[in-house]
Amino acid sequence: MHPIVSTDQLSPNVFRLVVVAPRIAEIRRPGQFVIVRKGQGAERIPLTIADADPVAGTITLIIQSVGKSTADLVEMQPGEAITDVAGPLGSPTELIETGHAVCVGGGVGTAVILPIAQELQRRGVAVTSIIGGRSREWVILEDELRAAGDVITCTDDGSYGRPGFVTEALKDALDAGGIDAIYAVGPVPMMRAVSALTRPYGVLTMVSLNSIMLDGTGMCGGCRVSIDGETKYACVDGPEFDAQQVDFAELMDRLSTYRPYEQAAMERREACKVPALAAAADKEAASESAVPTTPTGASR
Amino acid sequence: MTDPDPIAEGSPEAEAIAHQPEPALDLVRRVLAGEHPTMTPKERMSIDRIQMVEQDAGARSANFEEVNLGLTEGLAFIEAERCLQCKKPTCIDGCPVRVNIPLFIERLRDGDMAGAADSLLSDNALPCVTGRVCPQETQCEQVCVRAKKGTPVAVGYLERYVADWAQAHPEALTHNRPAESGRTVAIVGSGPAGLTAAGELAKHGHKVTVFEAFHAPGGVLIYGIPEFRLPKDIVQAEVDRLSAEGVVIEPNSIIGKTFTVAELRERFDAIFLAVGAGLPVFMGVPGENYKGVYSANEYLTRVNLMGAWDPLNDTPVLHGQRVVVVGGGNVAMDAVRTAKRLGAAEATIVYRRGHEELPARAEEVHHAEQEGIRFEFQVAPLEVLANDERWVTGLRCQRMELGEPDASGRRRPVPIPGSEWVIDCDMVVVAIGTRSNPLLTQTTPDLHINEWGYITTDEYGMTSIPGVFAGGDIVRGAATVILAMGDGKRAAASMDSWLNGAWPPVEDESAAKATPAAMATPAAKETSAAKATPAAKETSAAAS
Repeated sequence: MHPIVSTDQLSPNVFRLVVVAPRIAEIRRPGQFVIVRKGQGAERIPLTIADADPVAGTITLIIQSVGKSTADLVEMQPGEAITDVAGPLGSPTELIETGHAVCVGGGVGTAVILPIAQELQRRGVAVTSIIGGRSREWVILEDELRAAGDVITCTDDGSYGRPGFVTEALKDALDAGGIDAIYAVGPVPMMRAVSALTRPYGVLTMVSLNSIMLDGTGMCGGCRVSIDGETKYACVDGPEFDAQQVDFAELMDRLSTYRPYEQAAMERREACKVPALAAAADKEAASESAVPTTPTGASR
Repeated sequence: MTDPDPIAEGSPEAEAIAHQPEPALDLVRRVLAGEHPTMTPKERMSIDRIQMVEQDAGARSANFEEVNLGLTEGLAFIEAERCLQCKKPTCIDGCPVRVNIPLFIERLRDGDMAGAADSLLSDNALPCVTGRVCPQETQCEQVCVRAKKGTPVAVGYLERYVADWAQAHPEALTHNRPAESGRTVAIVGSGPAGLTAAGELAKHGHKVTVFEAFHAPGGVLIYGIPEFRLPKDIVQAEVDRLSAEGVVIEPNSIIGKTFTVAELRERFDAIFLAVGAGLPVFMGVPGENYKGVYSANEYLTRVNLMGAWDPLNDTPVLHGQRVVVVGGGNVAMDAVRTAKRLGAAEATIVYRRGHEELPARAEEVHHAEQEGIRFEFQVAPLEVLANDERWVTGLRCQRMELGEPDASGRRRPVPIPGSEWVIDCDMVVVAIGTRSNPLLTQTTPDLHINEWGYITTDEYGMTSIPGVFAGGDIVRGAATVILAMGDGKRAAASMDSWLNGAWPPVEDESAAKATPAAMATPAAKETSAAKATPAAKETSAAAS
C-alpha cells in the first residue's frame, strides 16, 4: 500500500499527488515512470514520476483526469492509499551534459519535462522551458520550472504570457540559435508539430510517448510504436525516442483504441454518483449489451 | 451398502455404469456402494476409463466458469481401482516432478484421503494446477502400462480430485513445520517454476521471498491461463498455502528495475531466477500495429489478470465479433475460446501445420472443437487488412502444403502459389510464441545467456553467478507449466545443497561420478572463493 501524503490541483483537470514509495523515490531517474493500480478492479496506468524525495520516501505523480481510472485517482485524499505502485520503469532520458537545452511542455506533459529540466540544470546545462496551455488556468508547474532555468509561458488565447502555441516560441528560440537539444512532451499533435518544426534545424529532439500499457515490462506489446519503420516497445525501449523517427499518426491512432469503452466507463461513473441511477447503471453494466463491440462493427 | 440404489438416473455415476463393459459392472456397482473390494489385476483391467464431468459445451462457450467439473467421489474411487499398482511404475518417470502416482492412487482407492493428499503434496507444490493443465497424454498417462492395451489410468483426473480435496480440507493435512535453517532465498518470478521452488525450499526451513513484477502472484497461471480452465481462486489458494508455510510474496517488484540481481545477491544467500519467457513474438507481416491486433499475452492478460471479461472491472478489452487467432498451442486455444466467450460469432484458429501437429493439449483442442471453434489448417498469414480508420477488417492468408520434415521432425509447411484469400475479421490475436525478456539479463552483466537471450545453467541449474540459479522458460524457452515446475523442484534441491555447504550436490553414486563433469562447467571455473557457499563463507568468517 502506498499512502497519499498530499494532493493539490494544478489546472482544471490536472492534479498532483505525493505518494509514499521509498524504493522508487531512491532510485528513479528522469524520464522513468511507474504503473499505478488504485485497487481491486482498477486499471494499471502508466504515470511519469514528476519528482521524488528520497529522504521523505515519496514520489510526485501529476495526473490529468481524462477517464474513469484517472478520475478515480485524482479524487483520492491524504490518508488514503494506492494499492499498487510498480517501478521505476522505462529507460531514463538520455540527457546532454553541456550546452543549452529547450524543454517544451504541453498540458500534463509539462510534468514529464520537470525532472528532465531539473537534472539538466544539475549537470550545468542551460535550460529554457517553453510551456503552454489553452489559457492561464491550464499552465502548470511554472514556478517549479523557473527554479530550473528560464521559462517562457504561452497561452492559446493570450490570457497569460506569450500568445500562441509553444511551437511559435520554440521557432523563435531555434532561429536565435545555440540550442543543443530539445525535449518535448505533450499531446501527440504538439509533439508532432515540434518534430516537424525542428527537423530542418537538425537539432536533436526527444519526445516521450504515452502509449497504452499493461505491464510496463515488455510483456504485452500493447505499447508498440513504429520508430524509423521498426516496431519498438515504448515501455522498455522508451518511453523517449528521437522525434524525427516516430510514426505519430500510428501512435495517435493506437491511443484511440479504447475510446468507446472509456466513454462508456465515464458514463457509468457519472451515473453511479446519483444513487437512483447507480442501480440501473450496475444492471446495465452487468448485461452483455452494455459492452461495446469492436468499433469496426459499427463503422461497417 | 444398505442403500439399495444410491445412483440417481442421469448422474455421472449412472453414466459411468452405462458405459462399463459387462464384466466390470458388478465391481463398479460395489465401488459406488462404498465398498473397497479387493480386485485381481484382471478385474481391474476390465474396468473402462471413466469420463470427466464437463459443463455443457453450448452453455460454457458463453461463460467463464470451469469447463471440467471434476470427478465425483464415486468416479474417483472407480478410476483409482483401475491402477494396477505396478511394481516398477513407469508413470513416475513420465512425470517431470516425479509424483509418486501409484502411492497417492492407492491411498485414494483405500479411502485414505488425508494420506493421499499428504503424499501428493509432498511431491508436487501445485497439484490443483497440474491436475488441470498438465498434458498428461504425453507424460504419465502416455507411459501408463494400461495405455498399451486400451486407455491409461486417468492420472490427471485423480490428481485433481485429491488436490481439490486437500484444498477443501486444510485441517486434515499433516503440517511439518521444519526447523529454520537461517538461510534466505530470493525467488524472482511467481509462476509455476518460482512457486514450486518456493514450496520446496520452505519445506527445508529456508526463509523464502518471492518477487513478482505484477500486482498479483501466479505468473502465467494468473495472467495467461483463463478462468474456465484454471479458476483464479484455486491458484490463489495454492499461493495462500505457500504463504502459510512462511513464503513471503513481494508484488510490484521488477527485478532489473526495482532491484538488481546484484542487490538481491547481497541480501539473500541464494537466488532462483524464474522470470519466464515474457516477450510476445509477432508475425512480422504488414498491418500488425492496426487497432484490433493483440499479442496473446496482452489479450489474455487483459481478460484474466485484469478481469476485463467482467464489465464491472475498469480494464477494457475489445470484443471482436469475428476473431482470428494465429497459432496452434495451448495459448492459442485459450485465446480463441476466450474470444468465443466474449461474444465472437466466429472464432477461428489459423495454424500453419495440420491437426496432428497442433502442440496444444488434446483436451484443449477437443474442448475448442466442441465449443464451435473453427480451424484453418496449413495456412500462413500474409497481411493484416484494415479500414480507413485503421481498424482490422481481415487477415490475408495463404494455403500451405506439408513438405519435407524440418529440424524438429515435423513436416515443413510450403506455400501453395495462387492460394491467397482473405479471412474477414475484426480482431486478430497473435499466439505464435514468446521469447526471453531482457529486462533482468541486461542489468546483470555477469549472467551468461545464449544467443536467444535465455539464461544458461550448469547441470545443477546454477547460472554463471555463484549462488544464482535459474529455471523454467527463461532457461528452456517457452514450454509447459509442469516442465517449469520440474525445473523449480530440481533447482530447489540443488539450492538446498548449496545453502547447506554441500556443493556440488551429491545424491547417490552416479551423481558423485558426475561431479568432475560439473566442475568443468563455466560456473565451476570460478575461483573457489567466489564459489564459496553460504555455509563455507560463515566458516571462514568465523575462522578469521
